[in-house]
Amino acid sequence: MSTPPLERTHGQRLLREMIRIRRFEEACAEHYSAGHIRGFLHLYIGEEAVAVGVMQGLTPADAIVATYREHGHALARGIGADPLMAEMFGKQEGCSRGRGGSMHVFDAATRFYGGNAIVGGGLPLAVGLALSDQLLGRRRVTACFFGDGAVAEGEFHESMNLAALWKLPVLFVCENNLYAMGTRIERALSQTDLPAKARTYGMPTASADGMDVTAVEDAARSAAEQVRAGNGPFFLECRTYRFRAHSMFDAELYRDKAEVEEWKTRDPIALLKARLEQAGLLDARELTAIEDEVRGEIARAVAFADAGTWEPVEHLTQDVYTPAAQEANRG
Amino acid sequence: MANGPTRRITYRDAMREAIREALTRDPRVFLMGEDVGRYGGAYAVSKGLLAEFGPERIRDTPLSESTFVGAGIGAALGGSRPIVEVMTVNFSLLALDQIVNTAATIRHMSGGQFSVPVVIRMATGAGRQLAAQHAHSLEGWLAHVPGLRIVEPATIEDARGMLWTALQDPDPVLIFEHQTLYNLEGDLPADAGPVDIDRAVVRRHGGDVTVITYGAMLYKSLAAAATLAADGVECEVIDLRTLRPLDMNTIFESVRRTRRVAIVDEGWRSGGLSAEIAARLAESAFYDLDAPIARVCSAEVPIPYPKHLEDAAVPQAAAIVDAVRALLPAPAPR
Repeated sequence: MSTPPLERTHGQRLLREMIRIRRFEEACAEHYSAGHIRGFLHLYIGEEAVAVGVMQGLTPADAIVATYREHGHALARGIGADPLMAEMFGKQEGCSRGRGGSMHVFDAATRFYGGNAIVGGGLPLAVGLALSDQLLGRRRVTACFFGDGAVAEGEFHESMNLAALWKLPVLFVCENNLYAMGTRIERALSQTDLPAKARTYGMPTASADGMDVTAVEDAARSAAEQVRAGNGPFFLECRTYRFRAHSMFDAELYRDKAEVEEWKTRDPIALLKARLEQAGLLDARELTAIEDEVRGEIARAVAFADAGTWEPVEHLTQDVYTPAAQEANRG
Repeated sequence: MANGPTRRITYRDAMREAIREALTRDPRVFLMGEDVGRYGGAYAVSKGLLAEFGPERIRDTPLSESTFVGAGIGAALGGSRPIVEVMTVNFSLLALDQIVNTAATIRHMSGGQFSVPVVIRMATGAGRQLAAQHAHSLEGWLAHVPGLRIVEPATIEDARGMLWTALQDPDPVLIFEHQTLYNLEGDLPADAGPVDIDRAVVRRHGGDVTVITYGAMLYKSLAAAATLAADGVECEVIDLRTLRPLDMNTIFESVRRTRRVAIVDEGWRSGGLSAEIAARLAESAFYDLDAPIARVCSAEVPIPYPKHLEDAAVPQAAAIVDAVRALLPAPAPR
């Protein structure tokens, strides 16, 4: 695939978005160790190019369905670092009012439908959102992110089938990072050519280098255009790698350090930075400005989260049912 | 009881009328499920609707419960008002992830940002010799889950009226239709409309014993009550109608008068709905009781295929009569 031409403002924006995600998550790791963030924390470090690249092809009217490794998607989609960090801390100023934590980020304003911690669980939901758009005559795309691990779930196959059968506007984005939790793809899947699986359901596919943000952007734009044109679903595989463990509890005994180091030489941030510099589209001063700006934003987000408040325990049973129905539904 | 004009109708036809009315009243409503379209519904509930409303709104799905139920949840999030039919509660286990992990949780996990106004209908229960994988009563399991509303229409009027009420509910509602009730025939008031899905109702008044039941067991309980009445024992029969939330007030009010309770549940005894009701009575109405709580439930076996064993597995009127008699202060005259 040819590398699309870079433009200064856009190139720097892509770089800034990836750096925001990286620094946000580094701060998460730090505050996890400090005990401010609890539960499961799944970092996206190394995979930033996928979220940032894919979002370039979407409009604010489109919908996002993500997984438990969704901080990158959330930030790239436009959920502010402040409410996102407050969510990590479990504070009521969080984007899910602190109810969901790291794995359950929701935001109605940006049509962000989670944050689903069940592997493959978001796929049927995306199919349904797209069905609703089709039925109500809206030209919108639902982008559904999932990992290679989800490909082994029945819901993956059911969802591919239904989306293709009904020609639903879903952009399936498979983040193939080669590991389903701690199990390498060859140990889990009899067929490791993932687009081939989607093609058996009669849907167009593409594979993009998930470490190259512009390659992802290019592939996602063209895929989203096809979906938006009413041609039915599209399967986009982004070949990527996570530099960190599956979660903060993972001792990472299942993969070689050498393999990780090798992939780190293809760090999506370093790659784009080098490309921009070589093309004369980024100088040292601009890079420093971006880094400083992001550092400030993340520091403010941490301060915001830290100063956030705990939801009163009296609110515990709120929003199990919609308020109108809540009173009658305590049983 | 109806005072005005009525018409004869089956439970199946009442259900179909309810779906037709919903499709007519609200363009956002559509029906989706296995065999609902061309085939006309596994229990013929949706027969004729495809011709009337077209394949967009009467959608046949593949046999993939998890995804079409999940798609119903997603469509509800997207602004549609889906009615999802799952052929039987047994098959809904393939969709439990979507129902329990997604439909029931999204509102709470999102801090109240998203409601899931989906209605999921499914058949339940034994009585047609369909053997263990088509005959279980698992609605009590789903009634365990906060975030869901579970209703079970036992009467023609409820079959006709509950769907519209359920569709007005912004949260997920599961409607259980007992498969032996589809052929039930009864008089429906000409002006029948939406029915309350918050409260239980007393289907027979009596001062001696409260019989608490729901679904098809209502009719066996009413038959038992008729037998007992011939012996001078008056049962009050409560139809729960809604298994979650439980309307305990109607139950407490009755028990304060009768002081004796039998719970009739086609589900299994262990960890079932009858256990929940009994526990709540023990917690809150202990001093209103003059006898231990009786339970008549299905035998602790997968429902068998042969008629005599199936009959033996599920509660029958005779067993209810025996259970009620055992609650009385002195043996009833023979």
